[in-house]
Amino acid sequence: MQLSGLTDYTIAFREYDAAEVVNCLLYPNIDHAGEADVKLGGGDILVQFLQDEGVEFVFGYPGGAALHIYDAIFRQESVKHILARHEQGAVHAADGFARSTGKPGVALVTSGPGATNALTGIATAYMDSIPLVVLTAQVPSPLIGSDAFQEVDSVGITRPCVKHNFLVKDVKDLASTLRKAFYIATTGRPGPVVVDIPKDITDPGVKIPYSYPEDFSMRSYQPTVKGHPEQISRAVELILSAKRPMVYSGGGVVLSNAAEEFTAFCRILGFPVTNTLMGLGGYPGTDPQFVGMLGMHGTYEANMGMHECDVLIGIGVRFDDRITGDLKKFCPHAKIIHVDIDPASISKNVRVDVPIVGDVKQVVSDLTRELDATGKQNDAAALKKWWSQIGQWRGRDCLQYDRGSELIKPQYVVEKLYEVTGGDAFVTSDVGQHQMFSAQFYKFDKPRRWINSGGLGTMGFGLPAAIGVQLAHRDATVACVTGEASIQMCIQELSTARQLDLPLKIICLNNRYMGMVRQWQEFFYESRYSHTYMDALPDFVKLAESYGHVGVRIEKPEDVEGALKEAFAMKDSLVFMDFVTDRTENVYPMIAAGKGHHEMQERELA
Amino acid sequence: MRHIISLLMENEAGALSRVAGLFSARGYNIESLTVAPTEDPSLSRMTLVTRGSDNVIEQIKKQLNKLIDIVKLADISDGVHIERELMMVKVQAASSEQREEVKRIADIFNGSVLDVTDKTYVIELTGSGEKLDAFLQTIDQNSILETVRSGATGIARGGQSLRV
Repeated sequence: MQLSGLTDYTIAFREYDAAEVVNCLLYPNIDHAGEADVKLGGGDILVQFLQDEGVEFVFGYPGGAALHIYDAIFRQESVKHILARHEQGAVHAADGFARSTGKPGVALVTSGPGATNALTGIATAYMDSIPLVVLTAQVPSPLIGSDAFQEVDSVGITRPCVKHNFLVKDVKDLASTLRKAFYIATTGRPGPVVVDIPKDITDPGVKIPYSYPEDFSMRSYQPTVKGHPEQISRAVELILSAKRPMVYSGGGVVLSNAAEEFTAFCRILGFPVTNTLMGLGGYPGTDPQFVGMLGMHGTYEANMGMHECDVLIGIGVRFDDRITGDLKKFCPHAKIIHVDIDPASISKNVRVDVPIVGDVKQVVSDLTRELDATGKQNDAAALKKWWSQIGQWRGRDCLQYDRGSELIKPQYVVEKLYEVTGGDAFVTSDVGQHQMFSAQFYKFDKPRRWINSGGLGTMGFGLPAAIGVQLAHRDATVACVTGEASIQMCIQELSTARQLDLPLKIICLNNRYMGMVRQWQEFFYESRYSHTYMDALPDFVKLAESYGHVGVRIEKPEDVEGALKEAFAMKDSLVFMDFVTDRTENVYPMIAAGKGHHEMQERELA
Repeated sequence: MRHIISLLMENEAGALSRVAGLFSARGYNIESLTVAPTEDPSLSRMTLVTRGSDNVIEQIKKQLNKLIDIVKLADISDGVHIERELMMVKVQAASSEQREEVKRIADIFNGSVLDVTDKTYVIELTGSGEKLDAFLQTIDQNSILETVRSGATGIARGGQSLRV
């Protein structure tokens, strides 16, 4: 046997050219019997598939069940693995990559705790419809269900927070399952897809022929992208009849890469435009037609515009409770048009008059064409009157704050951040007051620049997301606005940033409180600050330094601008800026629970 | 209102739990649920009976349609349809009087006796849920030892068919 094996090898060897010999040495697990019929083990199939799919980065963390896959990763160079320090960080980083590029983010984790740690990241992406493919390794098939070491029912625990998930039961199904996973994640309403892969499936000893599955069919999944022509005409008719119109757009505009078409459409109409938290950048923040964000911490003019409008054009939005306030008081005078790719989003929370199911980019183009074809204009006199009303609301300057304060106001830091970065940075954020201040004060003119966990509200998202963003945009300015509470939820990723030499700029608005929760306790619990005080904080300057970064503490308003300028001038270093801010600052305006858009609490300045 | 929703879904492990999980996660009611493979072994057909306002039912249908494993959906209670449920009841039938009585009522309901021992009968009944309820109310309550019901299944009348 040995002899004949040797003979076969020799014969085969003669047929290889030099490149193939190199391949043999580089990829010992690949059976190079012939190019047409490459035989690979499951781990190599997975990695080869990722290459063929055009995946550049895989964010992950190894472990027992993932060892075959990691070995396959080791033996190639085109897919770059980014080692996070916690699986949650890995998934958030993949998410940040996806949000800032529009490409699917890919994460790879091991079974059991790897999968459970990834769950928060998966749910975060699910709530914001972000395309992710999360590969979870699983214990070997024969051990599934036996409470094996590091076993958890990953398909079961992720089911409620994924667009779809798969358990691969046969290595023959691996490539086609991965293909479906990427297809499902990136089409229709995007979302995370989990592929659970038992260890035996990736066994290098079991080799099967591999080729990238070009053709595949899914009879049960065919998203609608083109809006119904009749509905488009009805919408245009309603738009033209409007006296007090309002355009309310969200993350769908960003996800569908429709910012350009959408902006053009709004400019033709001349209507006021408000964005949701997820939609910021979908319409230029500095445009005169932009009236700011709406909802719980939206501007006075945006919320009053919602309340008083007679035609509401919702595009790529989902009428989330943080947007609508009390549903009984929502847009009482308006006929509503709703464009969304997900039929289940339509009339879920608010009944609408003209639903259009389709991809935002396509529908907005069709609306523009139809509008043009009618040759009609909207009521210019009514629109002028409406704008003068909006102008009055704007005049209240609802975002004003005490600019003369001797303490650093968080709003001031964001304003200066906007100036210093020329309004052109990628800004990631965590969750809380600093997130709202960033949304209110950083005027995003471009989509995919504002990266935050809107739906799930995941503290700890900002830093790992910034890592994903910076990897995708090596030369761009990436800032992470955070708080001293949020940053500690994924602080370990400072180590990842060090390893990768990512020059992130961390703007920590340190008020020694979980600010947003404290604000609610002040307003609704008679200032009983139950467990919102951050005692025993680390020295963030020393902490940053211990990770090999630059740390700075800023305590006076007059030092804010200089510190920011200095930090952003350090092109090669991560700078952690610890801004000691006013502890008592609140986010205004605010619509409390059970209130309508016209019932905002506003700041009272002395 | 009560709705009977029929689903054709991929006959794959986990498909059932996706449907059940959706109902529990979103707080929808399930009155009954039956599922079995169809003549095409790659497809399962599920019949789901649920209650809710028009808005809730619309959401249920949309959310079900959104599940990747679901190939087709029909609300058969939207049109004329046939609904059937299967029930088996084990009753005490020891005395000749009891045996006569149970047999007589079963006959009235078009039931059949599937199993006989010296002390018990197993009776099979098919019909609408109301008919099965009526049977259980008619026979001596103390004689019922065990009941098992399949949950409702249904099919539209006429030419309309739920198929791929």
